Amino acid sequence: MSLATLDLPAPREGLLRRLSDVLVRRARLLTLLLLLPPLLWLGLVYLGSLFVFLGQSVFSIDEFSGTIVREPTTATLLELFRPANLDILLRTIGIAGGVTLLCAIIAFPIAYYAARYAGPKVKAAFYLAVMMPLWSSYLVKVYGWKLLLAKEGAIGWFAGKLGLGGALEAWLALPLVGGPSLSVSYTGMVLTFTYLWLPFMILPVQAALERVPPHLIEAAGDLGAAPGLVFRTVILPLAMPGVVAGSIFTFSLTLGDYIVPQIIGTSALVLGQAVYTLQGTAGNIPLAAAFSLVPILVMAVFLTLAKRTGAFDAL
Amino acid sequence: MHAHAAPLVLPAVRFAGVVRHFGAVRAVDGVDLAIAPGEFFAMLGPSGSGKTTCLRLIAGFEQPDDGHIEIFGETVEGLPPYRRAVNTVFQDYALFPHLSVGENVAYGLRVRGIGRADRDRMAREALAMVKLSGMETRRPAQLSGGQRQRVALARALVVRPKVLLLDEPLGALDLKLREEMQSELKGLQRALGLTFVFVTHDQSEALSMADRVAVFNEGRIVQVGPPEEVYERPATRFVARFVGSANVLEAREALALGAPARPSSLRPEKIVLLAPGAPVPEGAALVEARVTDVSYQGPVRRVSAVTGEGLALTAAVPATASGVMAGATVRLAVPAGAVRPMGGEQ
Repeated sequence: MSLATLDLPAPREGLLRRLSDVLVRRARLLTLLLLLPPLLWLGLVYLGSLFVFLGQSVFSIDEFSGTIVREPTTATLLELFRPANLDILLRTIGIAGGVTLLCAIIAFPIAYYAARYAGPKVKAAFYLAVMMPLWSSYLVKVYGWKLLLAKEGAIGWFAGKLGLGGALEAWLALPLVGGPSLSVSYTGMVLTFTYLWLPFMILPVQAALERVPPHLIEAAGDLGAAPGLVFRTVILPLAMPGVVAGSIFTFSLTLGDYIVPQIIGTSALVLGQAVYTLQGTAGNIPLAAAFSLVPILVMAVFLTLAKRTGAFDAL
Repeated sequence: MHAHAAPLVLPAVRFAGVVRHFGAVRAVDGVDLAIAPGEFFAMLGPSGSGKTTCLRLIAGFEQPDDGHIEIFGETVEGLPPYRRAVNTVFQDYALFPHLSVGENVAYGLRVRGIGRADRDRMAREALAMVKLSGMETRRPAQLSGGQRQRVALARALVVRPKVLLLDEPLGALDLKLREEMQSELKGLQRALGLTFVFVTHDQSEALSMADRVAVFNEGRIVQVGPPEEVYERPATRFVARFVGSANVLEAREALALGAPARPSSLRPEKIVLLAPGAPVPEGAALVEARVTDVSYQGPVRRVSAVTGEGLALTAAVPATASGVMAGATVRLAVPAGAVRPMGGEQ
């Protein structure tokens, strides 16, 4: 039998097929249908409730009755600038900045190796190794770090064995970053956060580095740039969008966290704890909302600055 | 130069027994090469023939596993790319997407520590040379393929290389633009008196632009010479087939066409299609053949035909010979001297 004589049965005309015809002809309708559920979720359920909550920040609380006064006022927002509250904000932003910086410094070489040198097998192992910590319980990891950082913990023990006990003591004796032991110092808190959020920095940086064409690096060398200069003038600028993306994760995750600071670090409050206390025991929803505005504003400022320094020029 | 120096000028690039392998693959397998200063030198070959690896060896992106490379008499093995006075125009142009056109061109000057005012001026001049004045503030993404090509050229030339390396620079351009760029590149090379080393798999590009062509196959150079020589007297079967797709004849087939009994090549356009009853030209061999296929190619028709003895020939005949059809018997004349003996087997 030749191909020409073989009659294929005509496709059956069904409802699904006719529906397909309509959707193929009206591509916009298809887009709308596909986007409607996520848009409803994002727009109403997520953003809607967020704005309703943030909107509370223009209300205030009656000092005596503890009830919310539903009259627009700037008093609650201005309360953020009281020394005690400002202290909380600056402390939290400082910790988040430190965590982000440390994450970027640790993540970059790992991401660079994975993006440019690792073969397929090593790369699979890399993804596994980076993701694996995310599979285990957050609390287990935090308590694990508490033990590691404790005065009699593994880190102190290792430092002693390596003859670095003195250096550790000296670090802990420093103001601000120091404390009685690592587990009750800002240093310990930053280390724990860095461990927790590191995957969120490594992956975007690795993705950004992977998109840097090898020819660009060769071209820079060809034009006379030594490796250090190639890194500064080509690789780093092109990886910047990835670093910024990673920073958004590490920065905002740290800004909002209220569990780690309860377990590790000093007794001074951070932003997440403040929000937690205000909306819970204190019942001061307006001030909690005002506090919650801060991370959003901080991120907006951060992204504006990043854009201004040209971090997104390579996009 | 020294008055008593050897009559040969110092080669711009010299390869002596250069070998480069990747695992078990011998990408470059014992290449000897001398490129004269001011020469437009083409490295021609199919993909995987080692031509690009040779270019990368000159640039310094690859280091030879064996052999010796000199650039203007200076040994360059072990020298990284940023210490070599050669520059590359990449196949995909490799323009920096985060820098403007002006900054791209000035990049090589910037890493040499040349001040902003000077490098801006030099970049402007280089862009004017490639006819892109006024494009300094654009981004590479805003340019067409041909314009990017010119920016890449300006960026490489602005740092005054001793040798300019071009890796299939016209490959991504459409035909019209490619022909324009060919003559422009040639003009630029003449005006600057610079050594150009040009990698291509396009034989017509190599023939039309180069002073000399090196034909690569399987990691070796199989023939080097001026374009006419490579085309007219292919040294091997490979060259005969790759450059201009010649008929390759066995010794006895060459003998049958009145040539010495040696493996030979015969260019399709040398074969003359005789009109019925037309006399055979003086000294030509006459062949009667049955046409198996005709393809129209604009200026010519390619006629494939088989003789009674089973010799398959391809002839390029004037496109006006519209009467030739598959199945017809034609008379073909092979002029004396059209059958060219070849040496090697490869």
